[in-house]
Amino acid sequence: MVLFLDFNPFDNLLCILLGISFTVWFTLLLVFIIVPAIFGVSFGIRQLYMKTLLKIFEWATRRIERGAKDKNHPLHKPYSNAIIAKEPTSLEEEIKEIRRSGSNRDLDSASEFEMSDIFYFCRRGVESIMDDEVTKRFSAEELESWNLLTRSNYNFQHISLRLTVLWGLGVVIRYGFLLPLRVTLAFTGVGLLVVLTSIIGFLPNGRTKNFLSEKVHLMCYRICVRALTAIITYHDSENKPKNGGICVANHTSPIDVIILASDGCYAMVGQIHGGLMGVIQKSMVKACPHIWFERSEVKDRHLVAKRLSDHVEDKTKLPILIFPEGTCINNTSVMMFKKGSFEIGSTVYPVAIKYDPRFGDAFWNSSQFGMVSYLLRMMSSWAIVCSVWYLPPMSREEGEDAVQFANRVKAAIARQGGLVDLLWDGGLKRGKVKDTFKEEQQKLYSKMLVGTQEDRSRS
Amino acid sequence: MGSRASTLLREEEIEEIKKETGFSHSQITRLYSRFTSLDKGENGTLSREDFQRIPELAINPLGDRIINAFFPEGEDQVNFRGFMRTLAHFRPIEDNEKNKDPTASEPLNSRTNKLLFAFRLYDLDRDDKISRDELLQVLRMMVGLNMFVSQVLRMMVGLNMFVSQVLRMMVGVNISDEQLGSIADRTIQEADQNGDNSISFNEFIKVLEKVDVEQKMSIRFLH
Repeated sequence: MVLFLDFNPFDNLLCILLGISFTVWFTLLLVFIIVPAIFGVSFGIRQLYMKTLLKIFEWATRRIERGAKDKNHPLHKPYSNAIIAKEPTSLEEEIKEIRRSGSNRDLDSASEFEMSDIFYFCRRGVESIMDDEVTKRFSAEELESWNLLTRSNYNFQHISLRLTVLWGLGVVIRYGFLLPLRVTLAFTGVGLLVVLTSIIGFLPNGRTKNFLSEKVHLMCYRICVRALTAIITYHDSENKPKNGGICVANHTSPIDVIILASDGCYAMVGQIHGGLMGVIQKSMVKACPHIWFERSEVKDRHLVAKRLSDHVEDKTKLPILIFPEGTCINNTSVMMFKKGSFEIGSTVYPVAIKYDPRFGDAFWNSSQFGMVSYLLRMMSSWAIVCSVWYLPPMSREEGEDAVQFANRVKAAIARQGGLVDLLWDGGLKRGKVKDTFKEEQQKLYSKMLVGTQEDRSRS
Repeated sequence: MGSRASTLLREEEIEEIKKETGFSHSQITRLYSRFTSLDKGENGTLSREDFQRIPELAINPLGDRIINAFFPEGEDQVNFRGFMRTLAHFRPIEDNEKNKDPTASEPLNSRTNKLLFAFRLYDLDRDDKISRDELLQVLRMMVGLNMFVSQVLRMMVGLNMFVSQVLRMMVGVNISDEQLGSIADRTIQEADQNGDNSISFNEFIKVLEKVDVEQKMSIRFLH
């Protein structure tokens, strides 16, 4: 009798419940996420999810705007929209115009210098202080509508009970349900990648090995895609990169790699890291040839170029994936492409990636977040939604140098993705602008002073 | 980023800035967003480095002089009020028609104040006179270093681009100190009326009396 009373019936019940819920959980995971990932099919759950979320966001935004108007609060306006109207006139045109308007001499004897010339530089300078094209590319895009994430909202104050409840519910769903689910998937995906590629590494080189390696890579990347709830639309898949080519794309975040690699097989290029990244890199290269550089080798441009061209010449090897901007940009523009990959001389397959920031901004601001906190933010957003366009292949034309070719490719990518095409270097995120640009301006102005002197001496 | 909500401008501050500068409510909130995005230190003020981080301003030959206009004598930080006060010089003048108040002091974007902004860019030592020396220095900023000097400097710093520099020397524009000197002399001669060999603010206004200052020193807002 005593033994019977010691045994708490509730403990037993708890154990059974836990056991059942774990089993259900893992079965659901397997059936709805992992198995489709292996076979590359989709149930359409994510599409439905996306549509529902959009409706909720619109409601939330309207509620905030109404609330702000009622309480007469100033709404924080997203400043990424243009504030001022900039005249596209050149230095020469403008200064001539200023001089003409103030000239009491006749127009034939053009003056070489007027005190009013300074107005041009004044206005251009203050215009760039009010609004410039570069600095806003290195911080996340601000949204017009609120997506129930405090991180992307500056107007969030207690406006209405319903809104706060909705937001609270959002937090619970995202951190309580979605985040653990995604973290589990991420570990599964990465773990499988490391283990399976290492196993494949033992096989002799040949068709079987390549085939298996392809399947394994695709499967693991697809699991990672689901780990981020990434909803990707691929366009023009007939232009997908082929062996012996170089695939270039605009860069917004490390997730770009996962997005592209879940739809095709690429040879990655990059620096060898330590830690977990290093383990992943080393095991990946056992299954198929990727191009990893030691830190010291990265600076040597010739070595880099040689390894890339060697890889490209071997037609059995996979196309190389490169991000010529060299750094992450916030997906509103495309910045200068570094010419290295365009000098190699193989076919270039441009790819444009455009994220929809309404569900979660994918831009990695590396000065603000480390890799781990960035990934956690990604996994606790609603979803990552993006479109990928495979553009027709391009080759360097006669008489075109690497820089012109790079700019041509960049323009095509910018046009397709609806991004602003900028000539500025992404390196301006951290570094200073080169003096040569200032010197060009000074040269233009000097020509105005000196040019008219030559006319004078002639007359 | 979550702390942005706490640094929203207070309604009273916006009203004060509106009265002082003439900017509209939405223009002020927009420029406040801009101010906070430039303020990397997040301490409510901008330093000279914050301005120099704007690439388009860094390549402006008079960039440093323009940045200087934001900082009163001896100060290294500018707050939002000071920022707006300086920017107010570039408001278009037509906007003033709505708020014609005869008793109010001259608005910051009047023709005279726009000319004063430009005058101060020339007047390096802030003594209310543009001397020949100051004019020369500003001219040198606008045309750049003597070609040979800049090439030598670059050669001393980094040798890889030597060949392209030499090529550029051959096509570049070279304005000597003598040429600039004669330009400066001519300018002062034309402007100086009281014979003190420098240009005062009134003489400056006289020289530029026909120039369309209102349009050339104004920036049009989209809202």
